[in-house]
Amino acid sequence: MTVSVRSKTRFTELSARERAAALLDSGTFRELIGPFERLESPHLEPQGVVPACDDGVVVARGDIGDQRAVVLAIEGLFQGGGIGEVSGAKIAGALELALRDAERGHPVRPVLLLETGGIRLQEANLGLLAIAEIHAAIVALRSHVPVVGVVAGMVGCFGGMAIAAGLCSHLVMTREGRLGLNGPQVIEQEAGVAELDSEDRRLVWETIGGDQRVATGMADALVEDDVAAIAGAVRIAFETGVPAEHRSAQVGFYEARLAGIDASEPLDGPALRTLWRDEGVGR
Amino acid sequence: METLNFDYPASQPVPRRAYVGVVGSGDLEVLLEPSPDQRAHVTVRTSADGFGEVWEAVLDRFFARNDLAAAIEINDSGATPGTVVLRLAQAVEESRS
Repeated sequence: MTVSVRSKTRFTELSARERAAALLDSGTFRELIGPFERLESPHLEPQGVVPACDDGVVVARGDIGDQRAVVLAIEGLFQGGGIGEVSGAKIAGALELALRDAERGHPVRPVLLLETGGIRLQEANLGLLAIAEIHAAIVALRSHVPVVGVVAGMVGCFGGMAIAAGLCSHLVMTREGRLGLNGPQVIEQEAGVAELDSEDRRLVWETIGGDQRVATGMADALVEDDVAAIAGAVRIAFETGVPAEHRSAQVGFYEARLAGIDASEPLDGPALRTLWRDEGVGR
Repeated sequence: METLNFDYPASQPVPRRAYVGVVGSGDLEVLLEPSPDQRAHVTVRTSADGFGEVWEAVLDRFFARNDLAAAIEINDSGATPGTVVLRLAQAVEESRS
C-alpha cells in the first residue's frame, strides 16, 4: 500500500496511517498487521459496535533520520482513539519487540502518536491491562532509546494514555493538542460546572493545552500543526537522546512543586505558568 | 448494529486490493479485494439499523455502473449514501493505481 501525504500539510488533517507515513523517511513506510490482517476487536460486535479492521491502531516500520524506527499511530476518529485489548496489544507488543531489539544492540526509534481518550469503555479491564503493559514497555524501553510521544490533536490524550505520554522521554505537542488525566467533560460531569466549564474553550486550553503544558514543563516541544514541523521535532527529540533523568522519575521535584501550591486559593492556567515557569524544568 | 450481505454478477477482475476510509462518525472503511469467483460480494456492518433498503439501492446503482469482480467489506459508522459512493469510488481508483 502506498500512502501519499503530498497534498496536505496540516498534520491534524491526516489519518493515523498518513501521520505515521509522514513521520518516517520518504519511501520507508511499511505497515505491520495491516487492515487486511483483520485483527479487529472481538468485543465490539457482541456489544453492537461496528469494529475497525485495524482496531484503530497503525503499526508502521520505517526509518527516521536513517535509523530504524517504529511508529504507533492511534486513529482518534475510531471510538475516540480508545484503547481496547487488540489495539493496546498492538502498541505494547511493538514496544516489547523494540525493547528486545534494543537489548540485542539494534535500537529502534519508537514514536507514539497519541490521539486517545484512554481506555475503551466497552473493553474495560482488558483495556486497563493493555495500558499497564504499554506503561511497563515504555519504562523498560526508554533507558535504551528515547521514546517520543506526539499529541497533535484534535482528540488530545487522556486517561491511562496520558500517563503513557508522561512516561515518554520527549513529548511533542501542538497548540491544538490537549493532555490531561481526566478530560474536561469528565471533570464537569463528576465535579460540576463550577469546577470546570468544559464549554469554555479558552479555560480548557489554558489549563491542558499544548502551549500551557510546554510552558510549565509537562511537555518538551511546542510545534505548529504542520507535517514538516512535527517530523522535524521528532527527529530532534531522537538526536537529543535519552534524558539524564526522565520527567516521571523526578518525583521529589514534582512533589515540591505541588507542595508549593496553596489549594485554598483559586489557581488558573496563567497563574500556574507564573508559579512554575521561573523554577525551570526539572532537567 | 446490523450486518447486510449483497451479491452481484461481475466479469472484470480487480487488479489488486485496496483499503480506504475510517470507521469514524459519518464515515466508513472499505476493504476491497479480488473476488474468488465471477461475482461481486459485499458485506456491510453498519451502526445504523433499518437502512437495508437504502444500502441495496446505493449498491445496486454502483454495481450497475461498475463491473467489478470484487469482495468488498464495509464497516460503516453512519455514513450518508453520498459518502458511501465516494468511498467505493476511491477504493476502486486505489485498486487500479
